[in-house]
Amino acid sequence: MAELVIHQEQLNKDTAWQLCQLCPFGAIEYTGGQLTINSGCKMCKLCVNKGPQGAVEYVEKRVVETDKEDWRGIAVYVEHNGGKIHPVTLELIGKARELAAVTGHPVSALFIGSGIDGEAKQLPAYGVDQVYVYDRPELEHFSILTYANVFTDFIDVVKPSSVLVGATNVGRSLAPRVAARFRTGLTADCTVLEMKENTDLVQIRPAFGGNIMAQIVTPNHRPQFCTVRYKIFSVPPKVEHPVGEVCRREVTDGMIDRRVTVEEIMEKRKEIDISEAEVIIAVGRGVKNQADLELIRELAARLNAQLACTRPLIECGWFDAKRQIGLSGRTVKPKLIITAGISGSVQFAAGMRGADCIIAINKDRQASIFDIANVGLVGDWYEILPRLLETIKEGA
Amino acid sequence: MKCIVCVKQVPDGASVEVDPVTGVLKRDGTQSKLNPYDLYAIEAALELKETCGATVDVITMGPGQAKEALRECMCMGADGAGLLSDRKFAGADVLATSYTIAQGIGKMGTYDLIFCGKQTTDGDTAQVGPEVAQWLEIPHAANVLEIQKPGRDRVTVRMNMDGYEQIQTMALPCLLTIDKDVNTPRLPSYKRERELAEGYLREFSLADLEDREEKHYGLSGSPTQVERIFPPEKNEYRQIFEGTPAELAGKIHQVLKETKFL
Repeated sequence: MAELVIHQEQLNKDTAWQLCQLCPFGAIEYTGGQLTINSGCKMCKLCVNKGPQGAVEYVEKRVVETDKEDWRGIAVYVEHNGGKIHPVTLELIGKARELAAVTGHPVSALFIGSGIDGEAKQLPAYGVDQVYVYDRPELEHFSILTYANVFTDFIDVVKPSSVLVGATNVGRSLAPRVAARFRTGLTADCTVLEMKENTDLVQIRPAFGGNIMAQIVTPNHRPQFCTVRYKIFSVPPKVEHPVGEVCRREVTDGMIDRRVTVEEIMEKRKEIDISEAEVIIAVGRGVKNQADLELIRELAARLNAQLACTRPLIECGWFDAKRQIGLSGRTVKPKLIITAGISGSVQFAAGMRGADCIIAINKDRQASIFDIANVGLVGDWYEILPRLLETIKEGA
Repeated sequence: MKCIVCVKQVPDGASVEVDPVTGVLKRDGTQSKLNPYDLYAIEAALELKETCGATVDVITMGPGQAKEALRECMCMGADGAGLLSDRKFAGADVLATSYTIAQGIGKMGTYDLIFCGKQTTDGDTAQVGPEVAQWLEIPHAANVLEIQKPGRDRVTVRMNMDGYEQIQTMALPCLLTIDKDVNTPRLPSYKRERELAEGYLREFSLADLEDREEKHYGLSGSPTQVERIFPPEKNEYRQIFEGTPAELAGKIHQVLKETKFL
């Protein structure tokens, strides 16, 4: 593959020290006149690109190439609970179609479960060419080893070039298991996917804590596995004349691994945790009566949002303290936060400025919330939000 | 019952950023700490030590300074520690990392239960645990909330799934990745630190492992390659709208549609 070669003869104390300082991971050490790279290296290649000229060299080794021609198409793992298809699946199918258009390859789906025929037939409408169905009573619930065996059979038969899996708890457990079986690469939580003409999948994800994006490829291995979180891509429109087919595959006794037995499936206890919420509606002193929160609650339900508030509303006992945002409350990092009747004190802003998108509604044009809002609306939430709710209801 | 916990030393505090002018990665200081998610895994193992008399070892892959993280685990109550450190492990992706750890576990001993945190704060992939289990060819359960019945040859666990919970029984040996906030990790004990005797740490380089083929480790053993790194696009869009309530309601509706929240 590749390695970093250090040209010791080109180094002196100063340049060696410079390299040690340059490495953000502290992976370059200088001892006894020798520069070495330790296992902290993340292969960011900064030492090659930004270090003293010629001191560290990136050397690619020729390896036996996988015959990429042997691997065709893009496969999507169908995530479901009791046959009910998780929407991330449809989002991935939409992306798979875009990627497949570059190479002219087919899109396949892998559906593992019990009594899933009806659901499987829905998938061609989203543009899947072949839906591979593995249906057997033992497959009703997710069981890691058995599902991995079935997944392996699917890959052996279909030989997809790329495999997309939803980054759900199931996907994050199953994808690595199967990727390791094929000794191939897996990139987690991709936010951008692109296809090269040679079928290499370009995978972009946040790295090293999220303030850096890394572009990752799997140039010599197939299939190329990646996981993608829910709501990164869009559900594709249905195709008018679906041409895809459903292919039933036999689930052999050998695929059922009885080292794991599922005992019980339980509804999850709902707990308030606004710090994990993807969408938040936050309210502040601009709310005059507790009864007015009803409208906010209804809107929150429509948007699948968690309700949060500023400190004064905790003090008057309207909310559980777990819902407070700010220095003395929780820090949140949702994809979207809508604030209503919040002026945006420093203490409050500190707890939510990491949000990807901030929509703020406040009557006062000078309110400091407008300094950090991406979309600021100068107006009275009592007048704006009822209309928004109405529009949403009409659209639904 | 013999347990081993896979841990990682991660950078402390502010995460790395790209300097927009020079393209150089910036990191505030080089302080490190034990991956916070691993604390729940260590605690879960130590609870078994108290309730079933289990032994608890810890293992990590990293540079020499990762010994500090292992020492912290010892002060929390671990019985022994292993460090996998070799220049040839550098640049490892998920596959090479999990393979190295699986090899290391093989050298440390024979275990009934292998624990991992659910993910790390720097790599953030949540994939190494399941891949270690695959290399060892043992079952695994991810996002474990509770270990219900640790038995002689089986264990029952409650797992956090998407929108539901699943209880399953698994044959030993097996690997568990422990969800966050499922217990209250104990603090390292000062008393234990004072009494910590030398000799708890075993160090392994490539030459000490069962498989010494360099191609399976570090960058050479990593199918994925980082082509480039770049700063993320920040949402610098800021706009303030004034208008009638109907116009403003329409504006929110439009933004919600565009951003796919509706």
